[in-house]
Amino acid sequence: MTDAPETCPVHDWASDYDIFDPDYVRDPAPVWDELRERCPMAHTERWGGSWMPTRYEDLQQLVKMVPTLSSRSAVVVPPSPELREVLVAEAKKYGSENPPITADPPEHQPFRRLILPFFSPRAVESHIPYTQDLCNSLIDGFIEKGQADAAADYAQQITPRVIAHVLGIDPARADDFVDWVRGILELGQTRPEMRIKYRGIIRDFFQEMVTERRKNPGDDAISTLIEAEVEGEKLDDYKVVGVCFLLLVAGIDTTWSSISASLLHFATHPEDQARLRAEPELLQPAVEEMLRFYSPVTMGRKVMEPVEFGGVEMKPGDKVLLNFPGANRDPAAFEKPDEVQLDRKRNRHMAFGLGIHRCAGSNLARMEMQVALRTWFERIGPFELTDPDAVTWAGGQVRGPRTVPVRFSAA
Amino acid sequence: MRIKVDPDLCEGHNRCFALAPDLFEVDDYGLSQALNEGVVPPGLEEKARLAIDNCPEFAISVVEED
Repeated sequence: MTDAPETCPVHDWASDYDIFDPDYVRDPAPVWDELRERCPMAHTERWGGSWMPTRYEDLQQLVKMVPTLSSRSAVVVPPSPELREVLVAEAKKYGSENPPITADPPEHQPFRRLILPFFSPRAVESHIPYTQDLCNSLIDGFIEKGQADAAADYAQQITPRVIAHVLGIDPARADDFVDWVRGILELGQTRPEMRIKYRGIIRDFFQEMVTERRKNPGDDAISTLIEAEVEGEKLDDYKVVGVCFLLLVAGIDTTWSSISASLLHFATHPEDQARLRAEPELLQPAVEEMLRFYSPVTMGRKVMEPVEFGGVEMKPGDKVLLNFPGANRDPAAFEKPDEVQLDRKRNRHMAFGLGIHRCAGSNLARMEMQVALRTWFERIGPFELTDPDAVTWAGGQVRGPRTVPVRFSAA
Repeated sequence: MRIKVDPDLCEGHNRCFALAPDLFEVDDYGLSQALNEGVVPPGLEEKARLAIDNCPEFAISVVEED
């Protein structure tokens, strides 16, 4: 990963985009606007090479091109040849997949059906009291100070504990979970060696849990997975661990990014903040608008056979970035897409993806956002950034603010 | 007004159920069905349109009556 292109400034976004470019990470929308007009299937050689669509209509079609576009590698930056050997060894030890996210049909659906009931509207509703109490106790920890980091002290603390609660693992290890997930999806995106290290840590953690729950089954998610059958057969440890891995990793920095981005938005847009405070019934459409405007997740796909799309020819082995965030700013699909409208009525955003891989945890994420924002607005008075320059962003395939220092008065 | 959810297009986003719980039911996999054979009770037409307009899969539509 020391190749020169990665550090050079971008001159032409259509043929040489860089999803880790600091300006792009802070505000990618102007680049998407330009590409949508000029080159709707952009390409880059950086970070292992990939294609990037920006039009809503194109994303609608690309998600349906299964299995020509395979889900087997969701992270686009490839490992170096030496690390590939480590991965092969790892695959031998653990099995290489985290189904259903890394699976294609026909393997995909039975695994998806295993996890969806954990996230049905009814199941998610049962986690509201825990989430509510958690948000309140986090606010108790900083409300007296009159200031907090809305990302690190609040959003980042919520999502690992909620997913731990859902999975039946120890929420007290939330800080570890955050480190592990950052090791994979944040720092690890451009550093595959780190990705591999943290994958090992998470897999070992769950392997231990699985061994333990096989001896002492409970009514938690891991025990349910151990008992579950796919096509008449119980899952082996590798698959149970793989599914648990996915559930932990997918539920942390994604939703944390959305909660942080929402609080950053309200801290920097006092008129929207005042409006949501005055009209709390706008919470649901406001959460959808935050999801549309600050969509955190871009999934990757791998091209399996030659295919022509949008005027370009994609070859086997090519990667495609499913740029849901860019599609959510397409003026062909949204009226005034670069404007936040808390009461937006028509909002067919694709922040959770589309098609057979639609985010399985979307109901949980929406619940967490609603409870986190409602509780914040109920307990925290008018708030603003203490220092706009101190705001930091993580980018790439999961984008969101990581530092959002705010000060506030009592509610 | 009559509406329907196309089971081949629905991917379980649950937007319709969140916006109009009186008009839809969802199963454990999130897959949606229109209640009351899709017949929208008077006064809920606006809710039905909201559900149609917010489905990311374009899975809900109005059934054209002859």
